[in-house]
Amino acid sequence: MAPILEVRNLVKNYGSTAAVKGVSFNIEEGEIFSLLGPNGAGKTTTISVLSTLLAPTSGDVRVGGHSVVSEPMKVRNLIGVVPQEIALYDDLTAHENLIFWGQMYNLSGKTLTDRVQQVLQEIELADRAKDRVRTFSGGMKRRVNIGVGLLHRPRLLFMDEPTVGIDPQSRRAILDSVKALNRQGMTVLYTTHYMEEAQELSDRVGIIDHGELIALGTQNELTRQVGENDALVLEVGEGENVRQLCEAAKSIPGVVESDTSGSTLTIIAPEAEEILAPVIVQANALNVKIHSVAIQEPNLEAVFLHLTGRALRD
Amino acid sequence: MKKILLIGWKDVRLVFRDRASLILMLAAPFLLTLGLGLVSGRFSGTSSSVISSIPVIIVNQDGGQLGDALVEVFQSADLDELVDPTLQTDAGAARGAVNANESAAAVIIPAGFTDSVFAIEEAPVVEIEVYTNPERPTSSSVIRAIVEGFLNQVELGRVNGIVTITQLIQNGYIQTADAARLGNEIGQRSAQDGSQEALITLQGRADESVDPPFDVLAYMAPGMALMFLMYTVANGGRSILAEQTEGTLPRLLVAPVTMAQALAGKAVGIFFSGMAQMLILIGGTALLFQISWGNWPAVIVLVLAAVFGALGWGLLLTVMAKTPSQVANIGSAMMLAFGILGGSFYDVQAMPGWFRWFGIITPNYWALQGFTNLAEGDGFAGIAVPVAGLLAMGVILFALTVFLFLRRGGLRR
Repeated sequence: MAPILEVRNLVKNYGSTAAVKGVSFNIEEGEIFSLLGPNGAGKTTTISVLSTLLAPTSGDVRVGGHSVVSEPMKVRNLIGVVPQEIALYDDLTAHENLIFWGQMYNLSGKTLTDRVQQVLQEIELADRAKDRVRTFSGGMKRRVNIGVGLLHRPRLLFMDEPTVGIDPQSRRAILDSVKALNRQGMTVLYTTHYMEEAQELSDRVGIIDHGELIALGTQNELTRQVGENDALVLEVGEGENVRQLCEAAKSIPGVVESDTSGSTLTIIAPEAEEILAPVIVQANALNVKIHSVAIQEPNLEAVFLHLTGRALRD
Repeated sequence: MKKILLIGWKDVRLVFRDRASLILMLAAPFLLTLGLGLVSGRFSGTSSSVISSIPVIIVNQDGGQLGDALVEVFQSADLDELVDPTLQTDAGAARGAVNANESAAAVIIPAGFTDSVFAIEEAPVVEIEVYTNPERPTSSSVIRAIVEGFLNQVELGRVNGIVTITQLIQNGYIQTADAARLGNEIGQRSAQDGSQEALITLQGRADESVDPPFDVLAYMAPGMALMFLMYTVANGGRSILAEQTEGTLPRLLVAPVTMAQALAGKAVGIFFSGMAQMLILIGGTALLFQISWGNWPAVIVLVLAAVFGALGWGLLLTVMAKTPSQVANIGSAMMLAFGILGGSFYDVQAMPGWFRWFGIITPNYWALQGFTNLAEGDGFAGIAVPVAGLLAMGVILFALTVFLFLRRGGLRR
């Protein structure tokens, strides 16, 4: 069966700035595909081109076999988009927002009203349907924002960092809803800079950095790239000494990579337990206070660090 | 087309749910109209612009035929709506009432007035006094015009009588001794005829010396409504750029909606909002201020054309600006500038030619001409030129907007 989404050598330039540099990947029907990368990596630009909002500079993108350039209306009927920002009308109620957006997706009559009721149930806002969106919390707005993307039952749903800036409870609800939608057969392209989300949701992951797709595969395939290395994660105080500790850790025998992000120091090594003692010695020598220590199995964070030499949240 | 209308209707709902917009769209022009009405005396009865039920005191000390005839003129059914006469005997008290601004004028008919008119031989002149109130210049003028009209009629009758009697004597039909008696009879008949024929009527007044009863608020209310119509179109333009930055326009453009549909829908929304604003203001002021806007079908056609012309400016402003706040700021400045140049505050016909030339670029100028013509009683013929001007303005501005939009490949960011 042909992939629902085919991306070939996608390039998008803004003037002389290249935002996406020759990205290629496919998404099969029924899978959750995550595009993982730090802020500014090119995730939103990629989704904007895939959803027909921006024209590609070059390359080919097909959704359900239709070109985003020559057949944008056919593509738009197949896709749903949940943008990163809350794109709703604050002075309309949740119900009115859903009705309006449903009409824009060619729904009408009983189909529209039934579908709006179903979505309100799914996003657990049926009891607040008559309230203006302006009065909602950030998490509730996020849920309506997602609900709009689901109204017309798209075959392919683009979700652009839908959990940015919300509380852990709402975030958990959104992740659960993505998995529930996928179980119902919806294909999802999910962008995030949270490694944990990509790890929890995805069948396959594409890691994007500086507009380039630097890794692509299942989580097992990706973690195999960094071998059987563990990640030693230390929560330490911030400051010049932490960066010195990061540099010093690289000289410890067995250490593969070392990087800091805020107050977190991540050190990659085949056997994390074996380097723990020398790291603590170095920390003492540099007067760095260690708040906590964790040893993690190989994960996407380690993959990103391995591929870029930088932590994902840089 | 359905999606265009749905987008437009959504925008109308949003505009009418925004309290700040409602204040500027409806409350501000309404209150300014009210304020200007109060300043002009439109609501206090001291206005010189609305001519009806003018209070006048008549002191008839004559007691003769002509004095009574003049009183009858003021009390006639023809002048029933125009004047509100009160009879008094004390001339001093009547003048005092005028001084106290209780009356627009006092008409004092002195004793011997009739006799002085009918005297065949040389007799002392007895003049009617019209004691006027300087605070009510127009109303005073009306009273003076009524009295002068009556006197003209009397003078005409007196001259006719003299000529008639002279002819009768010269031809030997009557004796000189009978002349005084006959002249008196002719004069009395003339005075009676004059009072029956209604010397001054509302119709005659309009055709002759007094201006038609034009309500100053019929000029101010459309002036204010049109000025704040510019706010509405600028605010609509701002909302296009706001939707762009807030993400709802991009979201529309990844739904099965074309850019042309999305922007046409926004334009329709601005148009509907402007129409609703104008019709609410017109209906509201007609009901609450008793303003006569004139021929209603013509008023609606003029409003359609005015909103179309104003919309052209709103869209041009949108395509030229980069941010919503730019549209809002420039839109506010444009609202005031167009209000001044277009005559929302005063009659631009009284301004120099070069000033009027600038006014031509404003929807206010053309639409106000039309509203004034309609308030003065014109029909569709009175709005033909203004409507043509507004439609031409709208078409030119739309064409310019589309040209700039296409040349830039979309909205500026």
